[in-house]
Amino acid sequence: MVVQALAFYLFATIAVLSATAVVTVRNPVHSVLLLILTFFNAAGLFVLLGAEFLAMLLVVVYVGAVAVLFLFVVMMLDINFVEMRQGFLNYLPIGVLIAVVLFVELAFVGAGWTLTDEAVAVLAQPTPAGVGNVEALGRLIYTDYAYIFQSAGLVLLVAMIGAIVLTLRHREGVRRQKISEQVKRTRADTLEIKKVPVGRGI
Amino acid sequence: MQELLSEYLPILVFIGIAVGLSAVIIIASLVLAKQAPDVEKLSAYECGFAPFEDARIKFDVRFYLVAILFIIFDLEVAFLFPWAVTLGDIGTFGFVSMVIFLAVLTVGFIYEWKKGALEWE
Repeated sequence: MVVQALAFYLFATIAVLSATAVVTVRNPVHSVLLLILTFFNAAGLFVLLGAEFLAMLLVVVYVGAVAVLFLFVVMMLDINFVEMRQGFLNYLPIGVLIAVVLFVELAFVGAGWTLTDEAVAVLAQPTPAGVGNVEALGRLIYTDYAYIFQSAGLVLLVAMIGAIVLTLRHREGVRRQKISEQVKRTRADTLEIKKVPVGRGI
Repeated sequence: MQELLSEYLPILVFIGIAVGLSAVIIIASLVLAKQAPDVEKLSAYECGFAPFEDARIKFDVRFYLVAILFIIFDLEVAFLFPWAVTLGDIGTFGFVSMVIFLAVLTVGFIYEWKKGALEWE
C-alpha cells in the first residue's frame, strides 16, 4: 500500500512537471520528448488504477506512433519559433478561457463521481472479480458498445482517406518499377537474332 | 487489485534501477571527467566541414502520410487484442461486429493501395 502511494505521487509529480515543461521549454523537439515522458507517467497512473490495457495502449500508440508523428510535424514546421512566441499575449485570453472550461468540466466529473454512492464500490473493483482487464473490456466493446465500436472504425476510415487526399501527390515523370510487366517479358519480345552476311553489314 | 499491482512491482523496480543507473552515469561523467569545453568542441559535428545550415529542414510530407497510416493500423490491431481474448464469450454478434469493423477498414486499405499511397515513388 505504501509502495502504491509512493508510486502514485512519483508518477503524478513527474507527469505534472513534465506537462508544464512541454508548454514552457523553448526547443519544440525537447517539448515532444517531455510529452513522451508525460505519456509514460500517465501509463503508470493507469496501471495504478487497474487499467492495464489502457496503459499498454498509451505506450504503444501514443509513445510509439503519435509522438513520432508530432516529431515529424515539429521537423516539418520550418518556422521561426522566436517570432511565433510573440503572439503569446494575443492568444492568452482564449487559452485561459479553454483552460477554465476544461477545469470546470473536470470539477463536475470529480464532484459527480465522489457524490454518488456506487462510486466507492466501483473504485474498489475496476474489473469484475476473477476477470482480467483486457477480458473485461473485450466483453463490453464488441457487444454492448457495438455502435460506438463501429463508429470508431468509421473515424479511422475517414482519417485514412483524409490523410491520403490531403497529402498524396504523385510526381510527374517518375518511372516506377512494374514487376508484372518485367515478369511477362519473354525472349521473343526483346531478342532478335540476325544472320549477318560476311562483308556486307546489316 | 493488490495482486495485480504486486505483479507490476518488478517493473517499478526495473524503472528505478534504470533511472538510478543513468543518473549515476551522467553525474559521474560530470563530476569525475575533466571538463574543458571550447567553442569547437561544443559546435555540431558534421563530417569534414563546418555545419552551414540549421538541422531543421522541411521533411517530405510523405513521411507524415506513412506515419498516420501506421497509427490507423496500429489502432486496428489494438482493437483486435481484447476481441481475440474474449472471442469465446461474446458469441456470433461480437464476431460479426469485428468482421464489419475490419471490412470498413479494408475498404480504406484497398483505397490507399489503389491510390499508390503505400508506394514510395
